[in-house]
Amino acid sequence: QVTQEKETINPERAEEAKLKAKYPNLGQKPGGSDFLMKRLQKGQKYFDSGDYNMAKAKLKNKQFPSAGPEQNLVTGDHIPTPQDLPQRKSSLITSKLAG
Amino acid sequence: ADIISTVEFNHSGELLATGDKGGRVVIFQQEQENKSQAHSRGEYNVYSTFQSHEPEFDYLKSLEIEEKINKIRWLPQKNAAQFLLSTNDKTIKLWKISERDKRPEGYNLKEEDGRYRDPTTVTTLRVPVFRPMDLMVEASPRRIFANAHTYHINSISINSDYETYLSADDLRINLWHLEITDRSFNIVDIKPANMEELTEVITAAEFHPNSCNTFVYSSSKGTIRLCDMRASALCDRHSKLFEEPEDPSNRSFFSEIISSISDVKFSHSGRYMMTRDYLSVKIWDLNMENRPVETYQVHEYLRSKLCSLYENDCIFDKFECCWNGSDIVMTGSYNNFFRMFDRNTKRDITLEASRENNKPRTVLKPRKVCASGKRKKDEISVDSLDFNKKILHTAWHPKENIIAVATTNNLYIFQDKTN
Repeated sequence: QVTQEKETINPERAEEAKLKAKYPNLGQKPGGSDFLMKRLQKGQKYFDSGDYNMAKAKLKNKQFPSAGPEQNLVTGDHIPTPQDLPQRKSSLITSKLAG
Repeated sequence: ADIISTVEFNHSGELLATGDKGGRVVIFQQEQENKSQAHSRGEYNVYSTFQSHEPEFDYLKSLEIEEKINKIRWLPQKNAAQFLLSTNDKTIKLWKISERDKRPEGYNLKEEDGRYRDPTTVTTLRVPVFRPMDLMVEASPRRIFANAHTYHINSISINSDYETYLSADDLRINLWHLEITDRSFNIVDIKPANMEELTEVITAAEFHPNSCNTFVYSSSKGTIRLCDMRASALCDRHSKLFEEPEDPSNRSFFSEIISSISDVKFSHSGRYMMTRDYLSVKIWDLNMENRPVETYQVHEYLRSKLCSLYENDCIFDKFECCWNGSDIVMTGSYNNFFRMFDRNTKRDITLEASRENNKPRTVLKPRKVCASGKRKKDEISVDSLDFNKKILHTAWHPKENIIAVATTNNLYIFQDKTN
């Protein structure tokens, strides 16, 4: 009944109660530092300029889809496992070290 | 990429510029009035398109600098060419837009297509003359004002002296001279020594239309500060502080967020200023700091939807507002609705910018949102509003009743019915 009471008095408070019910850990000061800091640093962070350029190139490729070896490229998104990498062609020259 | 991010008429209203998320500027020009059709104002057609800004990479912070055009401001026309300032998050550029309708022909050493003639074949000399050609509109960057903002630029405003302009980011405001690109003066700095103490940011700034020493800036806490550059070099201490007292018993988690001012605009006379916060438009008399003289509710029915609007981030949408002289104000809302308030008659109207619901050249039908209870015919219930269709940018012709309204991807131009 408490929520209903609030609704007749103040719709904002009712909405606040809804939000707190969904996210009980919501910070004390909404307009405080965390929220403003996020606003100051808007934009996607990249690891470095190489990462940025790769992402841009991928976006360009998506816009002009061209089938080809690029589609098998695994690097750039995640750390590849040995299973992901293409099989290495066996060398024509065998190493003197090999059995 | 085609998302419109700013709309601005030039001082005569003949040109209308739009900027988009892809860094492009498109300028429309009003056709000359058709003399045979009395009282019919010209239509706007594309005049020039150019790429103003490109995406860049900030190496120091490993962040992308978006090419999105945040604001465009026109300079008053001084000669045949037109000039405008366009800005993204970090860099302001002065663009010259000029027309070329004549071409020199009859060179002695060059053919018409540009190939060089063998000088030994030249037997007579002629004087090149200018001949008419198809109109070509060229845009060229004349000044680039860069590297003066650590944070994201939200506003630019040209001073009434037509020589200087200000640029404002979240924490600082800089003063530039239009001719000088390697220096700017910092006139406001609200960055705290310890960033943990940050409580408010600058959201918009504008020069007074007549007093070249006066400017205002608005904050995320709903205050407006008026500063006088004659008082000191660094205007950290305001001359006037405009703030409406808040009833502490009404305070909620959302209070500060919805009080954040997204736009501030002076009336043409300079006597009043208008601010836009999430739910309302307020008119302030510069002579009265303690409260606005008028408050207009844009979409009060959203107050009971703040929880979902917070969750889908719509509560952070930044709506702009604009004046028609000093009498009528206009601002956008959701569902491609926009609102106008007449200060004199106290009447308001809600209109919709959409192709499906309006045929060209027909009078717009007023819309109504049903907040609760029984929905009347032709009304739209709050829950059916499309919150992805937001009108953030609107502009009013400086002299005539022609308005430009930008939906996400489209620009609508409306004019009042002439008899």
